Amino acid sequence: MSAPTLSPRPTTTGPVDERLLPVPHRVVDVRRDTADTMTIGLEPIHGMPPPFEPGQVDMLYAFGTGEVPISISSSTQVADRREYTIRRVGAVTTALTNVERGDRIGVRGPFGVPWPVEAARGGDVVVIAGGIGLAPLRAAILHVLEHRQAYGQLSLLYGARTAGDILYREELETWRSRLDVDIDVTIDAAGSGWHGNVGVVTRLVPRARFDEQRATALLCGPEVMMRYGAQALLDRGIAPERIFVSAERNMLCGIGTCGHCQLGPYFLCHDGPVLSWDRVGPYMSVREL
Amino acid sequence: MALAAETARVLDLEGLEALVEALHARDYEVIGPRVRDGVISLAPLSSAADLPIGWSDDQRPGHYRLVERGDDARFGYAVGPDAPKRWLLPPHSEVFEAEGDGTGFTLRPAEPPSRRFAFLGVRPCELAGIAVQDRVFIRDDLRDVTYASRREDILTVAVHCGEPAGTCFCASVGTGPRAEDGFDLALTELVGEDHRFVVEVGSEQGRELLAAVPTEPAAEGDLTVAAAVTDDASRRMGRDLDTEGLREDLLGALGSSRYRDVARRCLACGNCTFVCPTCFCTGLVDRNALDGSHTARERTWNSCFTIGFSYIHGGGIRESVSSRYRQWLTHKLATWQDQFDVLGCVGCGRCITWCPVGIDITEEARAIRATAVPGGGAR
Ligand SMILES: Cc1cc2nc3c(=O)[nH]c(=O)nc-3n(C[C@H](O)[C@H](O)[C@H](O)COP(=O)(O)OP(=O)(O)OC[C@H]3O[C@@H](n4cnc5c(N)ncnc54)[C@H](O)[C@@H]3O)c2cc1C
Ligand code: SF4
Ligand code: SF4
Ligand code: FES
Repeated sequence: MSAPTLSPRPTTTGPVDERLLPVPHRVVDVRRDTADTMTIGLEPIHGMPPPFEPGQVDMLYAFGTGEVPISISSSTQVADRREYTIRRVGAVTTALTNVERGDRIGVRGPFGVPWPVEAARGGDVVVIAGGIGLAPLRAAILHVLEHRQAYGQLSLLYGARTAGDILYREELETWRSRLDVDIDVTIDAAGSGWHGNVGVVTRLVPRARFDEQRATALLCGPEVMMRYGAQALLDRGIAPERIFVSAERNMLCGIGTCGHCQLGPYFLCHDGPVLSWDRVGPYMSVREL
Repeated sequence: MALAAETARVLDLEGLEALVEALHARDYEVIGPRVRDGVISLAPLSSAADLPIGWSDDQRPGHYRLVERGDDARFGYAVGPDAPKRWLLPPHSEVFEAEGDGTGFTLRPAEPPSRRFAFLGVRPCELAGIAVQDRVFIRDDLRDVTYASRREDILTVAVHCGEPAGTCFCASVGTGPRAEDGFDLALTELVGEDHRFVVEVGSEQGRELLAAVPTEPAAEGDLTVAAAVTDDASRRMGRDLDTEGLREDLLGALGSSRYRDVARRCLACGNCTFVCPTCFCTGLVDRNALDGSHTARERTWNSCFTIGFSYIHGGGIRESVSSRYRQWLTHKLATWQDQFDVLGCVGCGRCITWCPVGIDITEEARAIRATAVPGGGAR
C-alpha cells in the first residue's frame, strides 16, 4: 500500500472547521469577457485574503443560491484582491455573473495543489487550454511572465468554440506582441472574418516551439481535450511526469472530507486538481471513473 | 488468543446493570443495541433491561429477521443496520446559519455537541469501523470537527462475538470476532445457569469504570470458555474475503464485464453505503428561505450510488449504474488503501444483508478479480 499524499493543512479547534465557513467579500470589479463569461474581482470586507498559488481554487458562495468551485485567475502578486473568470452554465454561476460592484460574495479557500510553476523553472513551458480552461491557467501564465527570465520558451496553445468565445482577448494581444511568447489560437467553427486556425487545439502541438527534454506542459479544458493533448505531448517525447492537467470533479467541502471529488485514489481538492499525467492518466483514461 | 488472566474479571447480570448505571452517573449517554422496528438498532439505553434479551437475528443476502433464541442472552446476535457512525457522524449536522441583509450576509457557525457517548455492546468490527473513520477524519492535516468532537470523548464497552450472522466475514479481514484493542472494556458473554460476562480492561478509563461495579476475579476456566466462544464464532463465519492482492486485482479489472452484470441487479438505492460503518461521504445542503432572508447549511450523508454525487455542470460523471457500483467496490477494497493505508471494509456484512436484491460484496469481488488482466488497468 502506498502512503496517502496529503497537502499540509491547518487544524482547527472551533465547533466547525473554519475552512467550511464562507468569508464575506465585496465585488470591486466586473468585466465582461464573452457573451457568457465574466471576470469579477473580490476583496475581503475585513483584512487581506490569504496567499494562494496559481491553479488553486476557491469556493464562491452566492448567498441564498449556492456555492461552487472557481479557480483564481489573477496574479499571485496582487495581494489585496482576487479575480475569478466565471462561465455562466447554471444557477450559481448565473448568480455569480450577475453581480454588481459593491455586492457581497462568500469565499473560502484556497484549496488544492497548484501548477508546478516552481519546478518548471529553467525549462520551456507549454500551456494548452480549451474554453474556460484558460481561466485556471491565467495565474500560471502571469507567473511565468512576471519571472520571465527564469523560464525558457513560453508557448500558449488555446482552443475556443468560436471567435466570440475567446477569453482575455486584449491580454492575448498584449502577450502576442511580446517577442518571448508564442501564442497559437484555434477555433472549432469559423464564421466570416476569422483568418486564424480552425480545428481542435491538440493539432497545434506538433508545431509548437518547445524543447521536449526541458519542457513542462500545463493542460486545462474538457477531459477529452486533456486526454488527446497529453497523448500529443507524449508523442512529441515529453515525459508523463512533466505533463500536468487540472482535473474536474464535483467539489463540495474542499478539505478532503466529503468524498465527492474522488478520481480513483485521488481527492482532487487536496491531491489535485493539478496532477501529473503519470499519476492521473491511467484513471482519466477509464470512462465514467 | 490468550486472555490476560491477571486483569480479567467476571461480571454477573446485576453487575451489567450496575455498569450501565455507572456510565449514566458519569454523564454518558449510553448507546446500545435495542429492538426497534423489527430490528436490533442502536439507541439510547436507560438500563440493561433495554437490551434485546433472548433475541437473535437471521441474516442472509437481502434478508433480516429477528428470531427468538430460547434463552436470555443479552448479546446473542450480530450487528443490526446501525453502526456507531450514526452517532459519531450524524446523518444530519448543521454547519452554519446565515442571515441576509440585502447585499450580504452574516454567518453563525454551528455549536459543538454537548453530549458524550458510551457505546455498550459495540462489536469488534464496529471498533474497527471507528478506527477506519479515525484515519479518514483525524489526520496530520485534518481534524474533522463534526466527527472528532463526538468521537474523542467516547467510551466503549465492547462485546466479542459469539453469534456471527450468515453475512459476516470479519475473521477473513482480521477485525473480529474477538477485539484485540480499541476498547475501554470488552465482554465475553457466557450464557447458561451461571450467566456471566468475562471482562477485559483495555484502558485506564475502563479500569476506573469497572472498579465502580461489583465484579469477581475471572477463574482459569472462565478464560478458556471465553476464548472458545470466539474461536467457535470464527469457524462459523458465513462468508470470507481474500484480501491478498485484492487492490491490484481490482484496479487491473476496471473494465470488467462483471460490472455490467451486477448493474442489472443493483437498484442503486445506496443502502449499502448508509449501513456501512466506514463510508464517510457527505453532502453540503443549503436550505434557503424563499424570500432570501435566511439560509442554513447542513452536512448530510451522501452515497456514491446517486447520479447527483458526481454531478458537474452538463451531467453526472458516473451515469451508468455499473460505474457507480465500480466506484463503491473499488473504493472500499482498493483505492481506500491508497488513501488511508487500510482496507475500507471491516467485514460486518451489513451491505449484503441490507441490499434489497442481496448483492454480496464478497461474491462480486471474487468474480471481478477473476476477470483481472495481468499488468492491465490502472495500478
Ligand atoms: C477545480 C475546479 C475549478 C473550476 N474553475 C472554474 C473557473 O475558473 N471558472 C468557471 O467558470 N468554472 C469553473 N469550474 C466549474 C464550476 O465549478 C461549475 O461550472 C459550477 O459548479 C456550475 O454550477 P452552476 O450552479 O452554475 O451549474 P449547474 O449545472 O446548475 O449546477 C447545479 C449545482 O450542481 C453543483 N455543481 C455543479 N458542478 C459542480 C462542481 N464541479 N463541483 C461541485 N458542485 C457542482 C452545484 O451545487 C451547482 O449549484 C471549476 C470546477 C472545478 C471542479
Ligand atoms: S463494505 Fe459491507 S461488509 Fe464491508 S464494512 Fe461496509 S457494510 Fe460492512
Ligand atoms: S464507497 Fe462511495 S459512499 Fe462510501 S466512502 Fe466510498 S465514495 Fe463514499
Ligand atoms: S471536495 Fe470534499 S473531499 Fe474533496
